[in-house]
Amino acid sequence: MLQTISYLYQVADVFAFLVLAAAGLAIIFGMMGIINMAHGEFIAVGAYVTTYSYQAGAPLVLGILLGSAAAGLFGIALERTVVRRFYHRPIDSLVATWGISLIMTQGALLLFGSGAPGVGTPFGSVAVAGGSFSIYRLVLLLIAVLVLAGLYLVFMKTRFGVHARATMQNAAMARSLGVPVDRVYAATFGLGAALAGLAGGLYAPTMTLSPMMGGSFVIEAFVTVVAGGADVLVGTPPAAIVLAVIKATATSFYGQVYGVMGLLVAVCIVVRVLPDGFTGWMTRRST
Amino acid sequence: MLLATVATLATTAALAQDKPPIKVGFLEDQSGEIALLTLPKLRGAQLAVEEINKAGGIDGRQLELIAYDPQFDNAKFQEFTRRLIDSDEIDVLFAGATSASREAVRPIIDRTDIPYFYTNQYEGGVCDANMIGTGGLPEQQLSTLVPWMMEKYGKKVYTIAADYNFGQISAEWTRKLVEENGGEIVGEEMIPLGVSQFGQTIQNIQAAKPDWLMTLVVGNSQASFYEQAPAAGLKIPMGSSITIGLGFEHKRFKPPAMENMHVAMNWFEEVSSPDADAFKQRWRAKFPEETYINDMGQNAYAAVYLYKKLVEMAEGSTELADLRTQIATGQACIDAPEGQICIDPKSQHVSHRMWQVSVDAQHNVTVERSWDKVEPYWLGEVGCDLTQYDPKEQYTPSYLPEPQ
Repeated sequence: MLQTISYLYQVADVFAFLVLAAAGLAIIFGMMGIINMAHGEFIAVGAYVTTYSYQAGAPLVLGILLGSAAAGLFGIALERTVVRRFYHRPIDSLVATWGISLIMTQGALLLFGSGAPGVGTPFGSVAVAGGSFSIYRLVLLLIAVLVLAGLYLVFMKTRFGVHARATMQNAAMARSLGVPVDRVYAATFGLGAALAGLAGGLYAPTMTLSPMMGGSFVIEAFVTVVAGGADVLVGTPPAAIVLAVIKATATSFYGQVYGVMGLLVAVCIVVRVLPDGFTGWMTRRST
Repeated sequence: MLLATVATLATTAALAQDKPPIKVGFLEDQSGEIALLTLPKLRGAQLAVEEINKAGGIDGRQLELIAYDPQFDNAKFQEFTRRLIDSDEIDVLFAGATSASREAVRPIIDRTDIPYFYTNQYEGGVCDANMIGTGGLPEQQLSTLVPWMMEKYGKKVYTIAADYNFGQISAEWTRKLVEENGGEIVGEEMIPLGVSQFGQTIQNIQAAKPDWLMTLVVGNSQASFYEQAPAAGLKIPMGSSITIGLGFEHKRFKPPAMENMHVAMNWFEEVSSPDADAFKQRWRAKFPEETYINDMGQNAYAAVYLYKKLVEMAEGSTELADLRTQIATGQACIDAPEGQICIDPKSQHVSHRMWQVSVDAQHNVTVERSWDKVEPYWLGEVGCDLTQYDPKEQYTPSYLPEPQ
């Protein structure tokens, strides 16, 4: 009984982490084709703003929203100044965003020092069937599901979503039909950055704050997006579920080293068998 | 990327003198995963160099500190070590916090006649005539702590450790000590560096039901364990050789994350004595922003003075052979902020004044026990004798020197 609950909780926990870590990247890399090496730094922006807002007296929820908003605005500013020059030049975008990443981590190190006081995880724990589980991690799962649902609504049901999908598919055609392509690019990039900031804000209470903290999200984020493929709605959720099951299983039986190895081996196999990731597989099935 | 910052201390007085300065090469991470903990090393060395220079230098020669930032990258440690040797022409090297970086530096410095101070606490066992180890060792930290923890909390122990040489060998030491004392290791998990999510590890620990936990996790990401464990309801006595005095988690995490943590180490900022208090005052006058003067900072500071002592004993010579002749006398001792420390001729590691502390729910630190002098005896006991033979090896409880 405890083992089953414990296992399901672990899968849920890893799933939430993968979805939240990857959602922003899935939009920026998956949809827009920008290999965003500064993804971890967007996450750190969210975490820092959340923590400093909380230290200044704001409630944690408000702090997380501020963190997400700050990362989003920062993303828009970067898109306007740097990233917009690199659409359809993925390798150049890699170098440019890597440079941004280095400037941001070293800059944060100079500004804030290499650490900051923590927030503390809210809600405590719940005891079930002889084990105890952090309630906050279950809240994270709920938020991960809400983020996916929210993305579905935004991209499928709103005018902005239609414009965004049209722009990413064929920018010239979209422009000739009157879509404000430049603004759509900026807003979409900002949305991706805001989701990264949200991940940072949500995980800030559970982690050590440091300018390099985004690094511990980046591998998982890229792995999930690569396995998921280009479409954040169709590809990311199944990729996150499959990878969560593999990682949780390997970790529970053999420890963290095998959890990390399992994740990387799994993504190698996925990329070999499904070159377009789960997106390709899902869309093939539906057509 | 050569983003290295060159921090050369002004040697104003040196200009007027004709004796050339002593060049001190210094490599510690100023950025990267563990910079929070290693920056105090740079500041400790800066403080010591400044004090020594003000007081007239070593044998009339000023010290010139040449520091680069290896950014938690072992390849950069090697690159900068070569640069310090070849273009800066250093007289002495201070380098490395992690055991991985030390093992990266050692083969390079071993091909020279430059003395190398490794100022970190570590898993022990390096028997190398170039290296002088000035940090705490397993026989000083773990041999004191583990039996006490077993007596107080029980014989079932679970170890989580960073997955590299430090964590692996420290876990081996823990296993050896637990078994020698009639206990049992009910679980042992290695954590890759950079891992920040511990949900499954926490449940593995809960399932194994240990009496206490040995935590040997390293770096900012892994330190997240201390936040996530109590949040998941895991409240258990913990022992460690690197928290509090080194990582000052009790200052970084919101209480009661570090409650019931027990550590044996040669320095905690909380320790008080006339020497320690005066040292803390000087440090805070120069670096008022310091969160915590950690063990790394104290060790780096003391190591510069230990070097000064050796050069003075050798009547101004900075040659490794002359310094080693002085080490062989067994009289190379200084009064460090922690207390007196002496270099053991056989292993070239130092004896320490040791403290064992515990942390309460409000993150107050209490000294449980202390020892005036704990010798670095293990290497000498198993057969390392650098006065006779220089194998340049690292030994562990399962890899012992061949009888000579």
